[in-house]
Amino acid sequence: MPAIQVINDKCTGCTLCVKVCPFGAITMEDKKAVIDLAKCTLCGACVDACKFDAIILEKKEEKAVDLSAYKDVWVFCEQKKGKVQSVAFELLGKGRELADKLGVNLCGIVLGDKMEDACKEVIARGADKVYLVDSPKLGTYQDDPYTRVLTELTAKYKPEVVLCGATTIGRSLISRVAIRLDAGLTADCTGLDIDPKERLLLQTRPAFGGNIMATIIAPNNRPQMSTVRHKVMKEADPDPSRKGEIIKEEFPEDAFASRSKVIDVVEEIEETINLAEADIIVSGGRGVGSKENFDIIRELALSLNAAVGASRSAVDADWIPYSHQVGQTGKTVCPKIYIACGISGQIQHLIGMKSSDIIVAINKDPEAPIFSVATYGIVDDLFKVVPRLTEHFKSTLK
Amino acid sequence: MNIVVLIKQVPDTTDVKIDPETNTLKREGVESIINPFDMYAIEEALRVRERLGEGEVVVISMGPPQAEEALKEAISMGCDKAILLSDRKFAGSDTWATSYTLSRAIKKLGDCQLIFCGKQASDGDTAQVGPGVSTHLDIPQVTYVKKIEKLDKNSATVERMTEEGYDIIETPLPALFTVVKEINEPRLPSLKGKMKAKKAEIAVWTAEDLGCDESKIGLDGSPTRVVKIFTPPPREGGRILEGEPEDKAKELAVLVKEAILG
Repeated sequence: MPAIQVINDKCTGCTLCVKVCPFGAITMEDKKAVIDLAKCTLCGACVDACKFDAIILEKKEEKAVDLSAYKDVWVFCEQKKGKVQSVAFELLGKGRELADKLGVNLCGIVLGDKMEDACKEVIARGADKVYLVDSPKLGTYQDDPYTRVLTELTAKYKPEVVLCGATTIGRSLISRVAIRLDAGLTADCTGLDIDPKERLLLQTRPAFGGNIMATIIAPNNRPQMSTVRHKVMKEADPDPSRKGEIIKEEFPEDAFASRSKVIDVVEEIEETINLAEADIIVSGGRGVGSKENFDIIRELALSLNAAVGASRSAVDADWIPYSHQVGQTGKTVCPKIYIACGISGQIQHLIGMKSSDIIVAINKDPEAPIFSVATYGIVDDLFKVVPRLTEHFKSTLK
Repeated sequence: MNIVVLIKQVPDTTDVKIDPETNTLKREGVESIINPFDMYAIEEALRVRERLGEGEVVVISMGPPQAEEALKEAISMGCDKAILLSDRKFAGSDTWATSYTLSRAIKKLGDCQLIFCGKQASDGDTAQVGPGVSTHLDIPQVTYVKKIEKLDKNSATVERMTEEGYDIIETPLPALFTVVKEINEPRLPSLKGKMKAKKAEIAVWTAEDLGCDESKIGLDGSPTRVVKIFTPPPREGGRILEGEPEDKAKELAVLVKEAILG
């Protein structure tokens, strides 16, 4: 018997389910909903939408895990060269809110070398406790020891929620830990909240290419784990007067063994401001027209102390390197101000920038999709508008 | 020796249209493609085979029967063998269950020194399945690989892309690598490859073939559940500035400055 079924007696043929199905798997036959099982992914959107309880999704009785044994909200505080990364402070801000709703402690997890002082900063940013594992072997991130230490700590203290930055390190580490713990993990959450009755973490993220949002839960497994991209949550303000407890955890030396070895860490000096960190981004697209013309985008960026971004078509045309690409196959950015020049706004570009606070679109095609997300739009030739804009900022933003 | 590539068939988002009435994706007429990031994984596996002068590149995908097309495309690029993991029991898998299922297939295949994946899939964007597979197999992984510096049958030295630059990492094999766009330029299928793909028999493995623990696959093996799907609220209606270019630039400059100064 298939896991999802339409109860024909209850189906009224209202077609609500057809409209909500993200996979186009439902059609109406003789005024009854029919689910194409080859297309259906059992996502449950139709079950949720049906007002007549006419669609049932069968789930087996879950294994009995004593959920009440789990408490506290944990934030993995990623560090590089001994410095806690700002994404951790963003997670501590959100984590504080979640911990208060649950009535539990917020705990920072710090793995590194000589990190005691950094732990104080984690407390200042909202943690009640910090679990610290301090060893020269943990100075630089390596998959094996970090996975082992974090897995064992989690198994020992049983937090109900674990948050981690969706960074290169975070994504590599937390995916491994979640598998080891049989825990649910939701990537790139843009919203996190608590269902106080069930003590569930409600994890909201863009799904199916970013046009639809999905709220995801892990009802029967603990901890509930999420990653969040940098710049999505608001950073917790430091309060140096906050008090908290630092708990040093000891591990046997063999816990730090690693099969792979980091031989060298190479930093490449970015010629421009890091896109992901930038508060203002000026981006150019196909409308810029040539490599040389990109200078007017750079000049505008310079006048605003902004980073330079680009759409995929500008990168594919070799006008600007890939490291500047914003969008689905490039970087996701969330600046205060995003100025799109000559960018039509294909869906995969919008996915990468549409959560910016203010979006400015300059494009000569009034029908360009970019205007549908723009806070301010100018329908005109960018070559007439952008240099004038640069002049205004040069003369007034000193 | 097997060099495995894990691929996913995804909707071609360059093609995606929104249904204005329901504000959902129009899937009809949307072509399915190999996840763009997986193309780099396929290419790198082929290059490793060329570099070592031995081994077979085996491409594996989990999905509905139509994912066979993606596997055939991989064969046309030069992969030696393709396996489709397809079973109704796999439906509803999240990244936990998917990585378990893929790891079972790799175990069944055996004699595997290297596994390649794209850094993430373009539809789900989780980047969790690659690390999940390496964990189920208990082998080392290197994520975001942008270059293989050295390679022999037992070890590799690779560059892993980071936010600030890259790390150089040495790892024993077998290992799993997830790769980024910078690593190579995927080749186009050759005519000979296309002919081969046409004739290729794609093996289909079911949950039973893989000896899966049924509590670990599909919906039952997935810790996460989608409870609600909704369309994000549209952005507040924007304002189109009017006037001559000079006026518009001036007005915009004022608005932007207000926003900067808060």
